[in-house]
This record gives sequence, structure tokens and C-alpha cells, in this order.
Amino acid sequence: MKVLVPVKRVVDANVKVRVKADNTSVDTANLKMALNPFCEIAVEEAVRLKEAGSATEVVVVSIGNKAVQEQLRTALALGADRAIHIDTEDELVPVSIAKLLKAVQDKEQAELVIFGKQSIDGDNNQTGQMFAALMDMPQATFASEIKLEANTLQVTREIDGGMQTLKLPLPAVVTADLRLNEPRYASLPNIMKAKRKPLEVFTVADLGVTLKSHQTVVKVTPPAERKAGIMVASVAELVEKLKNEAKVI
Amino acid sequence: MAILVLAEHDNAALKLDTAKIVTAARAIGDEVHVLVAGHQCGAVVQAAQALQGVSQVLVADASVYEAHLAENFAKLLVDLAPNYSHILASASSLGKDTLPRVAALLDVAQISEVITVVSADTFVRPVYAGNALATVQSHDAIKVMTVRASAFDAAPEGNSAAVTTLDKVFEARTQFVSQSLTVSARPELGNAGIIVSGGRGMGSGENFGMLEQLADKLGAAVGASRAAVDAGFVPNDLQVGQTGKIVAPNLYIAVGISGAIQHLAGMKDAKVIVAINKDAEAPIFQVADYGLVADLFEAVPELITSLG
Repeated sequence: MKVLVPVKRVVDANVKVRVKADNTSVDTANLKMALNPFCEIAVEEAVRLKEAGSATEVVVVSIGNKAVQEQLRTALALGADRAIHIDTEDELVPVSIAKLLKAVQDKEQAELVIFGKQSIDGDNNQTGQMFAALMDMPQATFASEIKLEANTLQVTREIDGGMQTLKLPLPAVVTADLRLNEPRYASLPNIMKAKRKPLEVFTVADLGVTLKSHQTVVKVTPPAERKAGIMVASVAELVEKLKNEAKVI
Repeated sequence: MAILVLAEHDNAALKLDTAKIVTAARAIGDEVHVLVAGHQCGAVVQAAQALQGVSQVLVADASVYEAHLAENFAKLLVDLAPNYSHILASASSLGKDTLPRVAALLDVAQISEVITVVSADTFVRPVYAGNALATVQSHDAIKVMTVRASAFDAAPEGNSAAVTTLDKVFEARTQFVSQSLTVSARPELGNAGIIVSGGRGMGSGENFGMLEQLADKLGAAVGASRAAVDAGFVPNDLQVGQTGKIVAPNLYIAVGISGAIQHLAGMKDAKVIVAINKDAEAPIFQVADYGLVADLFEAVPELITSLG
């Protein structure tokens, strides 16, 4: 079974971003970049399936400029077998990303495609579902556990009120939630080995996909700052403030 | 053209989220329809009919809709889409699961977690865990969007909208196996006026009992940080944050929560924030209206007692 894992390069989760002064976008210049945490969990799950003997090959794919190769190498160091880079300078919305990934899947014919449930920059939570729709595959989003049985996949999902378990025929799409696994750290020998693993590069034109413009970002602004609060010295003072000043209890 | 809202329900009762999404829909246009898809959900249909501002309730009642699966819900919505300019759902696990599928099948973009309707084609949504707000203008013929329920007031009741029954049934290959939902007498996190939330500082799941007592004194819901959920103290559906529930209560009491960026993303729109933490340097104090540097194992029991 081949597993395809689309991954994204994002600003590191611990970096607090700032909006550019001209309100056109978030300033990402010179910030620490990383593999999106949810994508890392997706890669880990695919590698575990391979280690368990369920998967035969793990292919990772990323879309962006040349810099995304750094995150593809990270995924290779975590245990993926080969990587595909779709080279573009354009900022693409999830539906365009999903179309490009469909072109990759049409060639790769993976039986299982694991995404991270959302990227921590755009916070869209769309790409896996859109890809599943374009491929007409069943999906299980927000997965916290997956079990492979013959040609079906049993997935436990984190939903608003608790947990839900679904069974999907393969090929299928899964999006990883936080508690699916705890990703490993890449060892130094594996980081060295990853440098020699195959990495193919395609352009959007190579894939024969025509993309369209869906939206314009009018502006990007910082959120309203909260006014600085006060420190109270005791529980009694806190209760007094909540009752008489804030009037919320 | 009319606006379609996907109802959020459990086949027995309509969730308050839907009334909030109807308010967002009314900010876009006058004719709002609600789709109730599910099984044996007559009470949900009645509740949707009662929402002010709704002119029609579409009902798709079939056993294949009982588990609310994205696969066939998306096909149902795509079938209805030509009659609508906008398709809205709550940014809930159902909305997030279903609407991207709808958008992709319609070859349009989807706009996630809308918090402000600027005009019929322009919307504001948070990005980067709420550290930036993007104003986005859509060029698509049909706007498909999830809406952050906590950013809108609920539409009041007092209406009896017309009902249209949909006969076409769409099947799914996805099979429902089981579901375990947390049963609680406390208010739902998304709609609670007061939330008492615990973090890694709670130390154990048992210690959350203390927060439950406090919550019961205040008529509050109990929430948790990702750290507390990851540590196994409480189930995942209590998680407040960028990838959990986004809440905006009148009062949010953060106990033993350090205040990571991803947690703040879920609660910084609360009207009043209280932080109780023994670490005076914890980032949670930077967003708190009232901060108390104290050992939570002393402060929380004292708080419970002083609330009588």
C-alpha cells in the first residue's frame, strides 16, 4: 500500500507573527519556519504504517517555492521514502492546492492519503476534504486513531461532543488531529540519509493544471489589543472585582 | 438569491449555533433558508422553523443522514447549490468536515471561520491563530463559508417558516461505526456565559473535580488547554484553542494555564479574563483583566468557599 502525505512549510508554532505596517499581509521575513505540526503528525502516522508492514512506500509532497524542499527533507528524515516538490511562487488557496494534489495522486495512485487537519498559518482546515471531494474518496477528518483492516480503514475522529468511529473503504483520505501520535525526532544519521533520498520537482504547467483566481485579500490587520489588566492580591479581592467592577458574577 | 444555512443538530435538538449562523446570513441578505439533514429530526425542523429571519426550512430526512457524514451531506448541498448565492455552516466539526467538500465540488474557494460580514462578497476571518485578521473579497459565484458562531448573536425565536421536503437521497460509502459523546449537565462550551478552564498546572484529571465544583457554583462550563488534554486529564472535546473550541464567554477563568499562543487564540475574545497561576511570568497574565499569582490548590477552594 502506498501512502501519500501532503505537507506544508509554515512559520514555527512558537513564533508570534506581526502584521506588516502597510496592512497587506503578515510579515514572514526572517522568521523561523517549520513543518506544519499537523503535517508532521501525518508523516509520522504514515511512517508507522510502513514500519508495521502495512504500507510499502511513503511519498511526501509540498507546494511552494524552493524553500519547501527544506520541509520535504525533514519529512524524509522522519522516514518518508521520496518527495515531490511542486514549484510555484504563487500564494494558492486550498481549492487550488487540492487540484494540484489531485494531479499528483492521478499519477501516484496512493491507497491512503494522510493530511494534517489544518495549517497553523492559514487555519483553513480545508485541503484534505477538498482533495477527497475532487478524488471522490471517502474521508475521515480530525483522526485520533486509525486501524487498517484488509481493504478498510477504521478511524476514530475527534468531534465537537466527543469521539466518533467511522469505517472507510480504501482508497481514502484521513486528516490528522493532535492526538493521532507523537512525532519522533529525526536522528542525525536519518537527516544525513534524507539528503540522498529522491526529490522530484514539477511546475504547475508540468502537471497540466489550470488554476483560477478565487479571492482577493483586501487587507490584513492586527486584532484589537486587550487593555492591560490588573493584578489582584487575594481571592477576596478577585471576587470583589468580579462582582462590583466587572459585574460578571 | 437566497442564502442556505446548514443546521447543526443531533437529530433530537437544534444547536444554538444555527441561530447564530442565521444572524450572520441575515447580515448578507434577506432570504435565508435552513437545511435540516438527518434522521427522524422532526423536533429539529420545528426549532428551525421558529427562528426569526428564516423563510424556508428544507428537510432531508433519511437513515443515511443519521450520522451526518460529510460525504453525502456534501452531495446534498451541491445538489441544492444552484439556487443559492451563499452556503453557510457553523465552523464546528460538522461544518469544517462538510463545507470544503461542497466548495471543491462546486469549484469555488471556501472561506473559514468568518467573524464579520463586511458585505455580500467581503468577509473578515482570523489567520495565524487570531494574530492577524484577513479581510477577503470572494470572486466566486457561490460563496461557501464556515462562520464562527461565537462572533454572532443568536437569532430570536418567534416564526413559523415554511417547510419543503427533499426526496432525493444521496448515499455514502463511509460507514458509521460508533460514537461516544460526553454527557454533562453543565452548559456547552460554545454557548456558556462563564467558562472555568484548567491547564497542565492542574496536575491530574482528578484535580479537575475542583474546577467542576467551581463551575457548578457559577453555572459555568468546564474547558481545558491543549496541554491538559494531551496529558490525558480530560477528554478532547473540552479543548479550547486554535484547533479546539473557540469561545467568547462573558467570563473566562484560566486556572494553571500558561497561555500558549494556540490557547489564547481560542479565548481572547472573552469579555473578562481571569488568570490564576503560580508563575508570575506566565503569558496568560498579559491578556488577563484580573491576574492572581497563587497556588491554584489554595486559591480555587478559597474561591469556591467565597462564592458561598
